[in-house]
Amino acid sequence: MSDAPRPYTLVAELTYRCPLRCVYCSNPLDWARHADGLATADWLRVFREAEALGVVQLNLTGGEPLLRDDLEALVEGARALDLYTNLITSGIPLTRDRLAGLKARGLDNVQVSVQDVEAAASDRIAGLRSFDRKLEVARWVKDLGLPLTLNTVLHRQNLDRVGEVIALAESLAADRLELANTQYLGWALPNRAALLPTREQLGRARAVARAARQRLQGRMEVLFVTPDYYVEFPKACMDGWGRRFLVVAPDGLVLPCHAAHTIPGLAFDNVKTRSLADIWRGSSAFEAFRGEAWMSEPCRSCDRRGADFGGCRCQAFHLTGDAAATDPACSLAPAHGLIEAARRAALGEATATLQYRTAKAGAGERG
Amino acid sequence: MPAPDRFVVAGETRPRLAAKARLRWDRTGERYMLLYPERGLVLNATAADVVRLCTGELTVSAIVEQLAAKYASQPRADVEQEVLTFLSRLSDRGLITHPDE
Repeated sequence: MSDAPRPYTLVAELTYRCPLRCVYCSNPLDWARHADGLATADWLRVFREAEALGVVQLNLTGGEPLLRDDLEALVEGARALDLYTNLITSGIPLTRDRLAGLKARGLDNVQVSVQDVEAAASDRIAGLRSFDRKLEVARWVKDLGLPLTLNTVLHRQNLDRVGEVIALAESLAADRLELANTQYLGWALPNRAALLPTREQLGRARAVARAARQRLQGRMEVLFVTPDYYVEFPKACMDGWGRRFLVVAPDGLVLPCHAAHTIPGLAFDNVKTRSLADIWRGSSAFEAFRGEAWMSEPCRSCDRRGADFGGCRCQAFHLTGDAAATDPACSLAPAHGLIEAARRAALGEATATLQYRTAKAGAGERG
Repeated sequence: MPAPDRFVVAGETRPRLAAKARLRWDRTGERYMLLYPERGLVLNATAADVVRLCTGELTVSAIVEQLAAKYASQPRADVEQEVLTFLSRLSDRGLITHPDE
């Protein structure tokens, strides 16, 4: 694969609205300020322009994409472009008939999230009674012959049940299981004290997931995403800024990652005023963290800079105030002490209160 | 409804492309790709041929025969090895299934 920037995946955040209020929602705290600004024709043009740039994978997400009543038209348009179309959904609100209609229009895969393995715990994290309905939706997916991805976001309140999550995925005949540890951006950052696990707890869950991955190889793909707070070196966030992913937010802003617009000082372009190709190739926000010129030490002279690209720019900003800093998750980062302090705090009692996602983001919530 | 059994690559088994996998021509890279959730495999010409023959009707042996005939300028053993190795990769990823599943 060539190293030149080429987007393979378009993440289409069709709306930030969602009936759920998950305490780790990755949407920005000020999501309600970004209204649904794109009409059906705008999205279809975005899909066309993305495909022409090289995109082959399309994630229809949000918020809750089912809240768009033009979802059918969008799936149909995506399939006409031969995009592999993945609906990422809470499953609320959906009917079996609507799902069958989406399949008939060419939907390739459905990803359904559950927040835990039983209703009370799952509904508590989601802030809505939804668990039983989600399981029903997951069964419809398989009944209709669609592939199913089950996604569960992990944290200290459910990590000890990872074996039960795997059993649930098996009982639903999921094709793929994403065990995605919470990353502490968006709403998860103000809830970090309630959600961050200890290293021991994480290690136990990882061992269970690893055994399941081997046992289920060739039957169900099991993915375990380690939280940044427990790695030695940061992950290559988004495979590098502006290299492989395009995100279009509900208001039409084009982003290198879904949280990039929480970094102040970057000028993001909008698909309503500039073509996607122009933005991908020339937008100042996309150029900002491409290559290595922006890096400071220790990244600039680090052997790993071409592998992890300095980690996550959003995390660097939200923890240090400097988006060009080395990701504090890196053990070599000057600000790594912030991560170590959070890990030490996790050894004590968890904060009991949860801050649910709301339309009004208060001040001072950056943990 | 439990997860299906893993596909066993053997002479008389009949691979069928899994529901989650889709072959497409990549105009940008001028090659075929096999797409599945969040991922994609870049295919060479032989691999793309193999994918097209995973219809659930042909046995692994029959797929090998067809491609050995198509690529007659290459040693048969090499073609066979390439086909079997690629089918194992597909099986590892759950991208082929037994036809009744």
